[in-house]
Amino acid sequence: MNAMASLVLLPLLGAFIAFLIPRYGRHIGILSALLILFATLSLAQQISTDGPLRMAVGGWQAPLGIALYVDGLTALLLCLTTTVGLGVSLYALGYFGEGATGEARKKHALSGWWPLWLLLWAALNALFLAADVFNLYVTLELLGLAAVGLVALEAQAVVAATRYLLVGLLGSMLYLLGVGLLYALYGTVDMSGLASNMRAEPAAWVAMALMSGGLLLKAALFPLHFWLPPAHANAPAPVSAVLSALVVKAAFYALLRLWLGPFEPLAPALAGQLIGFLGACAIIWGSLQALMAPRLKLVVAYSTVAQIGYLFLWFPLADSPTGGAIAWYGVVWLALSHGLAKAGLFLAAGNILHASGHDRVTDLAGVGQHLPVTLFAVGLSCASIMGLPPSGGFVGKWLLLNAAFVSGQWWWAVVLLVGGVMAAAYSFRVLLHAFRNKESQHPHHIPHPIMEWSALALAVGAILLGVLSAQPLELLEVGASMGKLALSEAP
Amino acid sequence: MSQYLWYALVGTGLFSIGLLGLILHRHLLRRMLALNVMSTGVFMIFVALANRNSALPDPVPLAMVLTGLVVSVSATALGLVLIEKVQRQHGTPVLPEDDA
Repeated sequence: MNAMASLVLLPLLGAFIAFLIPRYGRHIGILSALLILFATLSLAQQISTDGPLRMAVGGWQAPLGIALYVDGLTALLLCLTTTVGLGVSLYALGYFGEGATGEARKKHALSGWWPLWLLLWAALNALFLAADVFNLYVTLELLGLAAVGLVALEAQAVVAATRYLLVGLLGSMLYLLGVGLLYALYGTVDMSGLASNMRAEPAAWVAMALMSGGLLLKAALFPLHFWLPPAHANAPAPVSAVLSALVVKAAFYALLRLWLGPFEPLAPALAGQLIGFLGACAIIWGSLQALMAPRLKLVVAYSTVAQIGYLFLWFPLADSPTGGAIAWYGVVWLALSHGLAKAGLFLAAGNILHASGHDRVTDLAGVGQHLPVTLFAVGLSCASIMGLPPSGGFVGKWLLLNAAFVSGQWWWAVVLLVGGVMAAAYSFRVLLHAFRNKESQHPHHIPHPIMEWSALALAVGAILLGVLSAQPLELLEVGASMGKLALSEAP
Repeated sequence: MSQYLWYALVGTGLFSIGLLGLILHRHLLRRMLALNVMSTGVFMIFVALANRNSALPDPVPLAMVLTGLVVSVSATALGLVLIEKVQRQHGTPVLPEDDA
């Protein structure tokens, strides 16, 4: 079977069956995850030998048909999604499983974790594979609706979920209006077709502003991040992990694709500098809030706000003839390693919450005694988020730092260094409390071993990304240089 | 003024009214309705696009509107369920300002 189509169909089919037969949800979930793993590996293998692929679904060509496109960037993000997805699925076996405590949790499992999670997975895969801007809209909406449903599984998170929905819909509307303008101007929604027709004219600028604005809202770039911390901090642990590691990245990926493809001839240097400035503000503001947050999950959520900021430092550096390529590798590395590290960190935070019934940072004493594996996962994830060598986070930051110096924009290097120090500060604040011993107090519940080990596995992945970077780098170079769509592939 | 432009302008007007409503109102039902007004505006622009230069309507924007309508109905349904839950938990269909 075609690997590209099955990456969308498998989770979609799984979601459907899991919805119909909730009793076997966990079996269907794990089976789907394994099949997706197989499909991802075979697709990555295929494009590393044959180069980028394009497929018209059902044989219908653009503009009526839906086209799927995969190159090195897509393949790497699919690999990230599959790795995090597999880890989270295994974690969910324990979290929503037989040994889980409380009736509430079992009700969650029945009422929707598996179908919604598989639907979200299908939306993510479809988004990464989308080759036209309208298909991106549909997948963004699907992603948003599934994500809101998952957040709302936690009764306390209903308010956060509602705000998340309103913000997400506003972002989609802005984006859709931009798509309409582009179609009016150029008569196509295909990304490579748009890229070859794009002219610098007022209506195209408006479309670019609308679509970028909508996506920035979904990617939670400062000051549009206000909805993220409550949603990510209050959702169930596996949901938080997926939202922070993958869903926010999806909006960033869409932005990256658009700015590298259709909007490339339009993108003014000033807009790049402005987005970079907002990214810098996100790093400082997010880290400050993380430093002061009272709860562990809130610390992790604000850390996501800050880490998202790093990704946007690519925009001002991309234009530089010397630093552009380095910045490109840096930002992809940072996105991948943050995905793994943040998923590991949120899962570990879920274990701590599970074991002690709360996650107040100042009362974390004893975690080191009772949950050594979880604490190790927290430590490794934090090392990658701070950017300590040899983690993936270090490689990404190092490349961005190089790009800043090479392109003569040293001020971004200052932001990177300050951000690293602040990340170390909020990480050590958590670790210091967690390493303290506590006299003879047993935790409420010890989490299922699979919950501890899946968190650790993802954290180890973030470190490994720094050590074993040769193969992913090779994959990233498949297709056109620096993620620009291969125009020759257009029909 | 051509009919196409007229419809597109009205669509833009609806979009702006909806945006204003979403920002100004605090009652969640009104916000949901405002989002619906916004999407109606967008769909109207798409329908206008389909008729922009010939007697034969262009099917592509119309197909997009159909897709958009399905998305909009699902989103509204999810929104209404969530609003009801907020109402039950907090006694009022308004988002508390700070819930972090």
